[in-house]
Amino acid sequence: MSTAPAIVAQGLTRRFGSVVAVDHVDLTIPRTQIYGFLGPNGSGKSTAIRMLCGLLVPTSGQVDVLDHQMPRDAERMRAKLGYMTQKFSLWDDLTVIENLQFMARIFGFGSRERTARIAELTREYDLGSIATQRAVTLSGGQKQRLALAAATLHRPELLLLDEPTSAVDPQSRRDFWESLFRLVTQGTTILVSTHFMDEAERCHGLAILDRGHLVAEGAPQQLIRDIPAIVVEIEAADTVGARRALDGDPAVLSIAQLGTRLHALVDPATPTADARLRGLLEQAGVAAQVEIVRASLEDVFVAATGFRTAATSPPPQ
Amino acid sequence: MLNRIAAVTIKELHQLSRDRLTFGMIIGIPLMQMLLFGYAINFDVRGLPGAVVDAAQTSGSRALIGDLQASGVVRLLAPSPSVPDLRRRMDTGEIQIGVVIPADFERRRLQHDRAAVQLLVDGSEPMTDMVARALAATPPPARQGMQALRTETFAVRTAYNPERRTAVQIVPALIGVILNMTMVIFTSAAIVRERERGNFELLITTPVRSWELMVGKLLPYVFIGLLQTTLVLIVGAWLFDVPINGSLGDLYLAAALFIAAALTLGLLISTITRTQFQAFQLAFVTMLPSILLSGFVFPFDGMPTAVRWLAQVLPLTHFVEMIRGIVLRGAALHDLGWQAAKLGIFLVAALALTMLRFRKRLD
Repeated sequence: MSTAPAIVAQGLTRRFGSVVAVDHVDLTIPRTQIYGFLGPNGSGKSTAIRMLCGLLVPTSGQVDVLDHQMPRDAERMRAKLGYMTQKFSLWDDLTVIENLQFMARIFGFGSRERTARIAELTREYDLGSIATQRAVTLSGGQKQRLALAAATLHRPELLLLDEPTSAVDPQSRRDFWESLFRLVTQGTTILVSTHFMDEAERCHGLAILDRGHLVAEGAPQQLIRDIPAIVVEIEAADTVGARRALDGDPAVLSIAQLGTRLHALVDPATPTADARLRGLLEQAGVAAQVEIVRASLEDVFVAATGFRTAATSPPPQ
Repeated sequence: MLNRIAAVTIKELHQLSRDRLTFGMIIGIPLMQMLLFGYAINFDVRGLPGAVVDAAQTSGSRALIGDLQASGVVRLLAPSPSVPDLRRRMDTGEIQIGVVIPADFERRRLQHDRAAVQLLVDGSEPMTDMVARALAATPPPARQGMQALRTETFAVRTAYNPERRTAVQIVPALIGVILNMTMVIFTSAAIVRERERGNFELLITTPVRSWELMVGKLLPYVFIGLLQTTLVLIVGAWLFDVPINGSLGDLYLAAALFIAAALTLGLLISTITRTQFQAFQLAFVTMLPSILLSGFVFPFDGMPTAVRWLAQVLPLTHFVEMIRGIVLRGAALHDLGWQAAKLGIFLVAALALTMLRFRKRLD
């Protein structure tokens, strides 16, 4: 297998009328990794993924996927790409098995191969008990397992997943990620878009998208290390008061609430950031614990998106 | 390639077998239309409500009224005392034909340059007008030694349908109307339904080629169309005694060609529209001109030139000609080569347009 990157995009841009959904994005995604697109809704994740698998033609820029130019070679690449849409897109009125059989036939499996591969997938994705159920009757987690089974049926080299876990429960999300790691060890490259921080943190590499721009890129740990801000955690009973006390300060770039704690991102040029905030809180008469902490990915996200967007917190697990 | 076409066809059949409404329509639409058109459409009109103003009150005028009644075409209600009363009854819709026998009826009868009796006809209904004109052309026979008013100039013999039964004219063409309706509706939803339900985004990331997808989707409907053809022929022969004078092979070949054309029209609609609702609307837009202009009801040759050109574009026009030729006139397919060629041209053109419109892309 080639060691060249799985995906190289340069100046990738897509307009819909006057809206620029993806704006000059440069990407290099290495093979056999899970690479994440992190961003809020409308940040251009889906549009970018659709361009990478040849469903949308870029307005400008160049994309190479597995050493082939897209969308020119899109049809030739079909057998090497697996794509899981954001919305369940298998057939509701077909059973689980019929859906898989259809995909297997479309990908040119002979009848013996087909039976063997479907049996394998049924085991792997725990579809045995629902095999003869129509897809419309499945739960969110079951649908997602079926969709992943269908997307990986032809053993694609590159798997593109567009917000695969937005409609499933936490347990299903964990199982799903187990499956993804198993696929990576088998040699698959995976590109996954998400707006969940905990999922983003599991990726080998991460691109943070905001309103069509690539605003940060790197391994999650590295992004956390390199955050362009000092993260100060404030624990206070009166979070509203604490917030009010810090809001107007020019050194405080943003404040986000996490339960009873506040995370303030402070200008890195500020000397003794914690002492400064402590002073502000005392002035306002708010009792609070103040401490400089290690950044979370959410802090990275807030910093990367220009200190304005509050990202989605991970759902309770 | 065959593998992928088979995959699409099998999927369609699975889906179809679960779609009870569509399944019901496959059988229901032909049956319903057969019964509806076979029994209800009748150009051989009988029992039109009418009334007489008899100002003459002679034995001759009474004999005329008796003849009218005996013909069965007019069902005479209570006589009217005057012409204005007759008009009023027509205005209210009580009668559709009025017969005015003037006081000088007997004298007029002997004068060949003046009509003896006036027929007042409700022209708001197309068929009534036609019937009344026919009625006027057949004067009652001479009696009591009086000379006949006119002798027949033409003796009419209706070829292929000697008894002039409407069902014989209607049923073969009805195959075309039914196929046109069901085939276009079924396939007009074919692509757009996948698009609407989100399946399309997945489908276009698979190696299936556009034409494989089209062919795979159409194949089940070709068989359904042939099944419907058979159903209409059987019911037609059984209920309405419609003969099949031509060869069955030719008939099915012609039907298959028309089915392909109608399916392609539906597919074209499916690639133009964005929702199933739009698709149905557009399907209906093509339906009415097809039925009215095809010669199914109104004689094609009576239409203005521009309309005839428009009708030439519609596949049903050619099929109605072909099927009447084969079923009633016993014509062979090669006698109808020109019509078949025109259907073929439509098929190829619509298919090309469909291919041009269809992209394995989202934009």
